[in-house]
Amino acid sequence: MASLHYWARRLIQIIFVVLGIAVINFFLLHLAPGDAASVLAGEAGAASPDYMAALRAQFGLDQPLYIQFARYIGNILTFNLGFSFRQGLPVLDLILQRLPATLLLMGTSIGFAFLGGSALGVLAARRVGRGADIVISTVALLFYATPLFWIGIVLVVVFSVWLDWLPVGGMSSIESGYGGIAYALDVARHLVLPAVTLGLFYLAAYTRLMRASVLSVMSRDFIRSARARGVDERRLMRRHVVPNALLPVVTMLGVQIGSILGGAVLVETVFAWPGLGRLAFEALFQRDLNLLLGILLCSSIIVVLVNLGVDLLYSVLDPRIELN
Amino acid sequence: MRLARRSFISKTASVTGLGLLPGVAFAADSPRRGGTLSAIIQPEPVVLTAAINTAAPTGVVSGSIFDGLVDYDAALQPVPALAQSWETSADGRTITFHLRPGVLWHDGQPFTSADVKWTLENVWKTIHPRNQATFGKVETVLTPDDHTVILHLSAPSLAILSSLNSNGAQILPRHLYEGTDVLNNPYNNKPIGTGPFVFKEWNRGNYIVLERNPHYWDEGKPYLDRVIFKVIPDAAARSAALETGEAHYAVLSPVPLKDAARLAKLPSLRVTTTGYEWVSPWLFFDFNVTRPGLDNPKIRQALAHAVDKNAIAKIVWFGFGEPAISPVPSSLRAFHDSTVPRYDFDPKKAAALLDEAGLKPRADGNRLSLFIDYIPYGDDFKRTAEYLKQAFKRVGVEATVRSQDTAAYTKRVYGDRDFDIAITWFAAFADPQIGVTRAYSSASIGKNIPWTNGSGYNNPKVDQIISDVQGEADQAKRIEAFKSFQQIVMSDLPTLPLLEMKFFNVEAAALRHPPAFGDQVYGSLRDFWLDISSDPK
Repeated sequence: MASLHYWARRLIQIIFVVLGIAVINFFLLHLAPGDAASVLAGEAGAASPDYMAALRAQFGLDQPLYIQFARYIGNILTFNLGFSFRQGLPVLDLILQRLPATLLLMGTSIGFAFLGGSALGVLAARRVGRGADIVISTVALLFYATPLFWIGIVLVVVFSVWLDWLPVGGMSSIESGYGGIAYALDVARHLVLPAVTLGLFYLAAYTRLMRASVLSVMSRDFIRSARARGVDERRLMRRHVVPNALLPVVTMLGVQIGSILGGAVLVETVFAWPGLGRLAFEALFQRDLNLLLGILLCSSIIVVLVNLGVDLLYSVLDPRIELN
Repeated sequence: MRLARRSFISKTASVTGLGLLPGVAFAADSPRRGGTLSAIIQPEPVVLTAAINTAAPTGVVSGSIFDGLVDYDAALQPVPALAQSWETSADGRTITFHLRPGVLWHDGQPFTSADVKWTLENVWKTIHPRNQATFGKVETVLTPDDHTVILHLSAPSLAILSSLNSNGAQILPRHLYEGTDVLNNPYNNKPIGTGPFVFKEWNRGNYIVLERNPHYWDEGKPYLDRVIFKVIPDAAARSAALETGEAHYAVLSPVPLKDAARLAKLPSLRVTTTGYEWVSPWLFFDFNVTRPGLDNPKIRQALAHAVDKNAIAKIVWFGFGEPAISPVPSSLRAFHDSTVPRYDFDPKKAAALLDEAGLKPRADGNRLSLFIDYIPYGDDFKRTAEYLKQAFKRVGVEATVRSQDTAAYTKRVYGDRDFDIAITWFAAFADPQIGVTRAYSSASIGKNIPWTNGSGYNNPKVDQIISDVQGEADQAKRIEAFKSFQQIVMSDLPTLPLLEMKFFNVEAAALRHPPAFGDQVYGSLRDFWLDISSDPK
């Protein structure tokens, strides 16, 4: 019963948060100077009054703001993300086209960062103050401090231009017309550099966090008593230290999944990866507000759901934490 | 795999000398059929139909899918394409085109005079951003048979003959567009043309694929089987893709200027600047002539003397440009006037003129403070703004460089008119009526229409010339009028032309084609072929 009450409350919360974000986004984006018609005319390198009027009418920009807003809210309430006039396609289609590429890139880089970072953090904590710890901590600090796009360009220069091991960018070799497993391998080859670039920063963050967290757990009383009971080191790590140490890392993970779309903009640009981050970035400069609002709405839903997932994960990792 | 091939070729080359390999010399002479051309397109086009969107990336892709009535050679003379011949009546009010028979749209329907008539009446005259002035004088279009189009004009319009290629006046298939909302027609994104390549696939944010048109009217062409335009948003990644051979062809200055010099030295690549004559881009800045201070022509002339255009060409633009003396670029040979008032670089004269105009240095050494805005199309424009800031500083004018995105820039300059000096570039096109006079016509001031009169210059005499040249049938008289136009605007100086810009291509050495057309950048790839035996990959 308490659980049902909890879920109902969370659901209502989510609806209000998402609607609130949608309303704020709408007015915030309309503060930007210029509109989609002037951007299109700007790119066209020429314009005439009739052309501008035709574009504004086509985009619905000739309507007063309150009507545009009413339409937008009406669309959202009926689960309709609207139409991108600039691209000539429904917003939902555009997002669904790009979503797989972004999920693949995000999933791989977060997995790489989370697993690699946790492992390195544990390793550094167990060898604290010794050679391995110093090397890991220094390298982690270096990656933590280096800008993403710079790492990306250096990786391209080294691995693509000099060594010629990996492709410069894109998601697949279109020329080759691969299918099946060959295609999957081809995509994997294209995925390596962008996923590593996007993941390195988070890898560094998780390493540092995990190291500190393991160290703090190791000094707790229950670890000492476990040792006194004769629990061997490996089991001690696996059963007693890591699950407790993971909690702050999981919190960080939840926060960062929300912000990774920002990092994806840079990485998707450097590696010509056809994902959502780039789509959002371009939509902003093109004042394609329907598209941008759609992407922001979807990512706000993802963030809200991830937060919910993190709360659930807490109670799995540490049964003492209750949902409510 | 690629590594193995590359090292194999370099080894072979080092042993035998690549030029001595049998087949190479042979292949260089006769076009080779087949192969996939990897081209770079950036930014990604909005639609693939140049008739409704004249943006550069759209034109680059669209040019291979559609044909124009004509192409333009390097001297900007029309060359037959879909129109085999044409004639203009003595009074300039009737233009007749004889169309090529037997041309098919990619969906198999015949291309006829009805397509030309429909597109002229429903696209070029109404929604095309550039053509309304050009084709506005066409009163009726007659199509006595499937292969003849006769235009009757209310007044002569010689500029029409400079705007008939697939970019200037793209013909749409009437059977797919008639009765539809043209701007929202789904075929804008999956175009059906008559050109050498057929649209195959557009994976957004990723690539566009075109395939050989097996029924192309120019028999034996195109040579390439496929063309893939890849979207590569990052400039460094574009350089890398060209360097590794992952891309063979990139237009419109695809890499930073300093990279161009480096890439040009590689044996596997070449950098060329031909194929842009029809565009004839010029870089300039607008003075806001309604701002106190800048409303005085003397002060504008003084500031012009403070600017060293040679330094802008050589240092800021790495030699990819020539100093411009007139808004009509010298590539428009007939129209360009080389006797206009010049403003040679002379800071002392600039300071003296400012003194004369009453702008004496204040206690802090400054005479005037102003803002410089620049079109955010890359570092080169920003560096131009920074150069101007320094140049003005030398004559006691304190400038602040201001940045914003394109939408904010066009609103500031063409809408709000809230600027002092704004740097941008225009394409002049083959006739100054199309690309130059729009910067000076008072009709568009402050109406928030990008790429029109930014300076706010309002001179009835100039307006009169602009309207006269549009309806003049005698080309000699038009040329005279354009020359006096140049004399006036270069002494009033509402805008200062800086450079005749040189856009460049980066092409793989293995990519072969005959000398480029004057409108090659927006033209078709039908004459291009890949000489695989010297492919650097």
